[in-house]
Amino acid sequence: MTTPSVPLLQVKNLRIEFPTRRGILVAVDDISFEIAAGEVLGVVGESGAGKSLTGAAVIGLLEPPGRIAGGEIIFNGKRIDNLGFEDIRKIRGREIGAIFQDPLTSLNPLYTIGRQLTETIETHLALTHTQARTRAIELLEEVGIPAAAKRIDHYPHQFSGGMRQRVVISLALAANPKLIIADEPTTALDVSIQAQIITLLKKLGREHGTAVMLITHDMGVIAETADRVAVMYAGRIAEIGPVAEVIHHPQHPYTIGLMGAIPSVGDNHERLSQIDGSMPRLTAIPAGCAFNPRCTRVNDVANHRCTIERPSLLPAGKTRAACWLHDRLGQQSTAINQHTVTV
Amino acid sequence: MSSAKTLLEVCDVAKEFDVSRPWLNRVLEGQDKQILKAVDGVSFTINRGETLALVGESGCGKSTVARLVCGLYTPSRGSIVFDGVDMAKVASDELRGLRKRFQMIFQDPYASLNPRWRVGKIIAEPIVSHGLATTRAELKARVGQLLTQVGLSPLDADKFPHEFSGGQRQRISIARALSSNPEFLVCDEPTSALDVSVQAQILNLMKDLQREFGLTYLFISHNLAVVSHIATRVGVMYLGRLVEIADTRRIFTRPLHPYTQMLQSAIPDLKMTGKQRTPVAGEVPNPLNPPTGCAFHPRCPHANERCRRERPNMIEHPESGQVACHAVEEGRIDIKIAA
Repeated sequence: MTTPSVPLLQVKNLRIEFPTRRGILVAVDDISFEIAAGEVLGVVGESGAGKSLTGAAVIGLLEPPGRIAGGEIIFNGKRIDNLGFEDIRKIRGREIGAIFQDPLTSLNPLYTIGRQLTETIETHLALTHTQARTRAIELLEEVGIPAAAKRIDHYPHQFSGGMRQRVVISLALAANPKLIIADEPTTALDVSIQAQIITLLKKLGREHGTAVMLITHDMGVIAETADRVAVMYAGRIAEIGPVAEVIHHPQHPYTIGLMGAIPSVGDNHERLSQIDGSMPRLTAIPAGCAFNPRCTRVNDVANHRCTIERPSLLPAGKTRAACWLHDRLGQQSTAINQHTVTV
Repeated sequence: MSSAKTLLEVCDVAKEFDVSRPWLNRVLEGQDKQILKAVDGVSFTINRGETLALVGESGCGKSTVARLVCGLYTPSRGSIVFDGVDMAKVASDELRGLRKRFQMIFQDPYASLNPRWRVGKIIAEPIVSHGLATTRAELKARVGQLLTQVGLSPLDADKFPHEFSGGQRQRISIARALSSNPEFLVCDEPTSALDVSVQAQILNLMKDLQREFGLTYLFISHNLAVVSHIATRVGVMYLGRLVEIADTRRIFTRPLHPYTQMLQSAIPDLKMTGKQRTPVAGEVPNPLNPPTGCAFHPRCPHANERCRRERPNMIEHPESGQVACHAVEEGRIDIKIAA
């Protein structure tokens, strides 16, 4: 995937906070990444890592009391994180589409599929009602709904889970957006339907040149779909890089542990490698590197640096990892590659 | 059929649910009763010390089988024989003795622990109810021992479930299940609510406990990668019926039934980076109105007239296991050998 000079989406030093009575919780802490036009960026992490909040912040759907406390989101050369409600509304749907996890709650059960599609199309494109309906049928056909001209007048409950998710995808595509935020689009679906939806997302992304920010906890989905992947941990990016590199040659100790923990068909390991402990709560994120209490290599860095100073993303192998083991300018330059797992 | 090795024998078990609308609506609107056949004639055996996994997509009846085996549902037909005793025919006091020999672990560790009870009380409940401890000190020591076995601290007994993370709660569920010294654990999607790194911890723990106590597992899951890791044998279910059952290795390297082949090719795989996979057409039909003949025939690339008409029975396969498919029986399928 060639990267043009100006990326489609730039997120710079984004910080998302939740003010509570007991103090401010920082759910997303100083993360930066870019998505190029037509690129699929996977965002993985365990629950509470802040991946969905990042997606919600990009399309301006962060629910109060959550708020963007710092940083910038630049879409197509324009800053969008400080836009008013009406201005972001014009971009949302028109230029940035969204697909959420549960296809049943993303559709209004009281309206037919056709009404929801034509409403979206008419809001964003200058089409007459008849033209909008024709476009809606085309969209449904494109996402693989059989007998679209007839099905368009059906209600969401008359569709199965996989078909509903297809409808949600057609809604996201309605105005030909440049970017789609897909938040766990296949998590609620069975494995055979999941395969269909992934294939569909990839095909549409390719044909329309749409960039996709694919948020999921399922590394298998990322492996098949994404060009690059960002691994999140406790509100920060632990590692970011080309998908094959991150999967086959992970550089951050967390990513290495995560890859070893995924069971895979065909490998006959008696035990999975496990990361002891669990992700810290937002109220108790440790100082320094957030992963240091669970990290097996914390003692390989001199002067307790991991527990004092937070690492920024450093070049590591062919990816970038937020880990002091990769600080070649400092006194540490341990070869971490010996711990590379092969999956 | 049952031998000394067999711990559980499930024979032609079925469970039907009445999902009809209320009587008045039926009378006024002239509708018939609607019966959902959640499980429709399933037979399998589990040997001591092994892990049988049941896999399938949502609605295939795998969780219903788990609940039938545990006695949470009574079967509409068929028999469940645990260690030579038919559970349907046994007297209630004898059933109580049997009950402590098998336990269940549920999917959602947030819903399966009483939030108002301290962890110690939750784990002690089966011990008390089966009268397995005589003194308070003995009970406390046993709870502490169980907590240590699942990787928690004996001091955690005084805490409440909300003080623990999802993975730790599932450890508490496992400690509770182990408290009556069972031989057989029914695990209904024990890791699907957990994150992958925590899932790895729980799967490792379950394997360790199996080795230590010689436990037998019935493991229900929709995740084939997890199943390939933990199971000795795998049964594949589709619309309330078993379509194939065999050794884990055979299921994943030489799947025979077209549905098993389809599931296997649909697993998202880390090795697949950037590769295309062939998705399978179609969806699971409505179980209220299942297709005639073989339930899989509308999605099956090998279906013919016989498949549409006649329901296939389980046949022994020369290599290992059993499969219910006319096409396999007649040799109409090229068996794909996975690397």
